[in-house]
Amino acid sequence: MPASLPDANTLITRLADAIAPTLTPNTFIVGIHTGGVWVAERLHVLLRCTQPLGTLDISFYRDDFSRIGLHPQVKPSNLPVDLEGRDILLVDDVLHSGRTVRAAMNELFDYGRPASIRLAVLVDRGGHELPIRPDFAGHTLTVPSNQNINLSRLDDGHLTLTLA
Amino acid sequence: MNLQLNPDGSLRHLLTLDGLPRTILTHILDTAESFMDVGEREVKKVPLLRGKSIFNLFFEPSTRTRTTFEIAAKRLSADVVNLNIATSSQTKGEAILDTVDNLAAMHADMFIVRHAQSGAAHFIARNVAPHISVVNAGDGRHSHPTQGLLDMFTIRRFKGEFHNLTVAIVGDVLHSRVARSQIHALTTLGVPEVRVIAPKTLLPTGVEQMGVKVYHDLEAGLHGCDVIITLRLQSERMKGALLPSAQEYFKFFGLTPAKLALAKPDAIVMHPGPMNRGVEIDSEVADGPQSVILPQVTYGIAVRMAVMAILAGGTTA
Repeated sequence: MPASLPDANTLITRLADAIAPTLTPNTFIVGIHTGGVWVAERLHVLLRCTQPLGTLDISFYRDDFSRIGLHPQVKPSNLPVDLEGRDILLVDDVLHSGRTVRAAMNELFDYGRPASIRLAVLVDRGGHELPIRPDFAGHTLTVPSNQNINLSRLDDGHLTLTLA
Repeated sequence: MNLQLNPDGSLRHLLTLDGLPRTILTHILDTAESFMDVGEREVKKVPLLRGKSIFNLFFEPSTRTRTTFEIAAKRLSADVVNLNIATSSQTKGEAILDTVDNLAAMHADMFIVRHAQSGAAHFIARNVAPHISVVNAGDGRHSHPTQGLLDMFTIRRFKGEFHNLTVAIVGDVLHSRVARSQIHALTTLGVPEVRVIAPKTLLPTGVEQMGVKVYHDLEAGLHGCDVIITLRLQSERMKGALLPSAQEYFKFFGLTPAKLALAKPDAIVMHPGPMNRGVEIDSEVADGPQSVILPQVTYGIAVRMAVMAILAGGTTA
């Protein structure tokens, strides 16, 4: 199974090609910390998006806070434009249960009322627990629930997917 | 056993900054940083403490501290109940622990405690159920940890680092729980030089053992400072004749523009409030360009949010 994971950088190019025809001047790309931000940064460049890039740390919106507490490294969310009436492209690295995306949408609505939100993920690994599906997925596969797909970034910016 | 830490080293209660490791202080400051923008959003709330009940137990009156704790709890979506116990059951003779037990029976998750007696918050923390956290919002002359933390947050925001600073605390150190919390935090965070500047009668004996340099002359003490923290002259706490008069005090220890000019040109001026204008600080300094007294109040909300979020997240629901 590990050998079958595709190259992350190829997947991002593929994702950008799929998103490009749907992009409008009103589209605002928002990456979810940490892996989603890496993917969003790449998409932002490949799609020549003129709007600034938004980042979201969903730690304050997690549904498991009372069980596991606050993530030790919370990063500030940074949404530099008014969300009111925007078309948001929400970007994450891996879609699993869908709980992160739910938390991210809850947070976005506390900043304003967007016109639409679409979801782009590098990998949809299955195991969804909520009615949340990606609008764009670089790769789709089924991974057993006891395994995790991780995106890591080297100092030179190279992204790698690993299965553990 | 350290009452305010869990066996794994995480924060269980916040009672004093004395003995808290630098990692915990930094974690609180970093978390507060990420709460800073909540107050500026369309919806000034995050859902972190939804369904939690926080009781503000104020056995001693306070407007600002109670209000900022209340706002902080509400921005975390907690339910807040304010009890000014000085005016309610305590006057009917109810013991503190009976009050606390009754509130615990109402399913409290956290107590914010302000009391005129040193050690009151510790006493409550020692006697609460395991799922309840206690935050000391000021006990006697002993400790006021969230004020100390918000002062550190303010210094870090304006100065960036701690390791190259000279910080002076000016005034009534003897009666000040704020000063004790500040000295502990400044030392733990690595400030190389902490000075206290006060008349001999307003310094506790043995203050040098806390790792500070003592000055009795304001002008000498301010020279080369990056941060000046003026303390409130606690005249309501003053018993006996520690000072000739407030006017006399202002003459020697009041921070005026001329005295402020002896510190570094980019020095910041802080005050925990409420200020006695014309006693420990001149209005021209309090309202001047080097004053960060109002930002301190704003930062106090983010810092208290961080403390409550870290405590509530550490307990199992």
